[in-house]
Amino acid sequence: MFRADFSHTMANPLKCDLCSKPATVHLTQIVNNKVHKVDLCESCAQAKGVTDPSGFSLADLLLKASVNPEQSSAGVRCEHCGFTQNDFKKHGRFGCPVCYETFRGLVEPMLENMHHGTTHAGKVPHRALERKTLYDRLTKLELDLTEAIKSERYEDAARTRDEINQVKQAFQPKLTR
Amino acid sequence: MTISSLIDSPSELTDSSSSKSAIVLMTRIRLARNLAGQSFPGWAKPPQREEILESCRAAVTAAPQMKRCFNLSVGELSELEKQILVERHLISRELSGSKAGAGVIISKDQAFSVMMNEEDHLRIQVLRSGFQLKKAWNSINDFDSAIEEHLDFAFSPTLGYLTACPTNLGTGMRASAMMHLPALVISSQMEKVVRAVNQLGMVVRGLFGEGSDASGSIFQISNQTTLGESEDEIIKRLGSVLQSIIEHEMNARDKLIEADAGKVYDKVGRAYGILQNSHLLSSSEAMNLLSLIRLGIDLGTFPDANRSAIDRLFIEAQPGHLQHAQKGEFEPTQRDVLRASRLRSEFANFARPDFNSNPNGKN
Repeated sequence: MFRADFSHTMANPLKCDLCSKPATVHLTQIVNNKVHKVDLCESCAQAKGVTDPSGFSLADLLLKASVNPEQSSAGVRCEHCGFTQNDFKKHGRFGCPVCYETFRGLVEPMLENMHHGTTHAGKVPHRALERKTLYDRLTKLELDLTEAIKSERYEDAARTRDEINQVKQAFQPKLTR
Repeated sequence: MTISSLIDSPSELTDSSSSKSAIVLMTRIRLARNLAGQSFPGWAKPPQREEILESCRAAVTAAPQMKRCFNLSVGELSELEKQILVERHLISRELSGSKAGAGVIISKDQAFSVMMNEEDHLRIQVLRSGFQLKKAWNSINDFDSAIEEHLDFAFSPTLGYLTACPTNLGTGMRASAMMHLPALVISSQMEKVVRAVNQLGMVVRGLFGEGSDASGSIFQISNQTTLGESEDEIIKRLGSVLQSIIEHEMNARDKLIEADAGKVYDKVGRAYGILQNSHLLSSSEAMNLLSLIRLGIDLGTFPDANRSAIDRLFIEAQPGHLQHAQKGEFEPTQRDVLRASRLRSEFANFARPDFNSNPNGKN
């Protein structure tokens, strides 16, 4: 099913998914009962051949568009688990939690149509929160350390290194049993 | 196998005395959780799946809610055992068809169950009879926190709990209610209701989830989205949608009785007659007849106390449960004989209908 809808430009001042100019072409395509939506500006729509519906897949466009318009979609691979964008196209599921970082550009545009909002507003697991606090602290300390060494404040450097070791120890995820 | 003891022990779903709700049969909430740094089950290699399964098992069984639990591996269950668990809403069809390295842990009262290595590492579920969204959320929230004591969950401050499918991001929560809506079905209003409910961001499915039919006029209504709202907000929104469906069903019942009470009581009375006397009953016919008896109970035709027996039969008339009760393998037609005989004996001692008790259909 394919539909190009040029009607509601005024009501919805959306940005082009490819170049962020004002979008004037809005597409909805249903593939395997999944709705895909894309908004494009006039010139990107022309360039992508969107105005010619024959053999055009919105999913392809979405996947290519969101990561990098210049690069082919097969290139990006999750460093942590080896998952690729093509795998996502095939399964509709990701490979591991890190994929959400790796394919951030792919995920973010999907969320608006998928959910009530785009930012988590619910329960926070305190263990994960602790981990994040420690992580932020570690990043800052490491920055301090580099600074201290650079400006030859060796006493500060030594103190910072001790602190880093302490934080790293607390960082180890432990099973409490 | 422990399945027999599971079936024989009292459970939240089949034996709860709190099943007083006329329309909502049960409330269910599930949470999707994953371990940080581990591939999702669909992408993990077999040895990794086993490793994940073992860490989840250790963490889940350590929770106080899982004292004296049933701890099962999918690979060790027979087809029949898996079907029974599906019929009791304790595992999904997806888990029952899964490869090695998957399991389920079920609490003694069968109110809690945790599927491991289904679509996500953990699918934590709580099931309560009747309309108890808040109570269900409180208890699953505690249970989830108890499990989290031992596991490092994949979580992002912006995207929330990270799940294999982006449709579950955020809270990872799917809250649902199983609703009995015979009057909306009889008066052909269900399609309209489904459309309205969809517009409010909720989903309507059949009794056994995605793709299942709505025999017995039983529908599952749940939230569609998981990201952007807190659990409390989702539950509040779902709760008010459910409340308005209840009102619509009640209005539809009043209208049916007002328009032609005889027609409604005729359906109820015939259902009673068939259940007492038939010798061949398919699963979906049985569901529809039981549904009419349940409507009769709500209308005062049968005593209130019989409602929980019907809710139990909704489950026990399913193919897996029948097969288990009769100890053997049966063709579908043989099952229809068994089902009819089972229901005949069940209804031989059932209270006789009293059509004069409550002409206005109010409880």
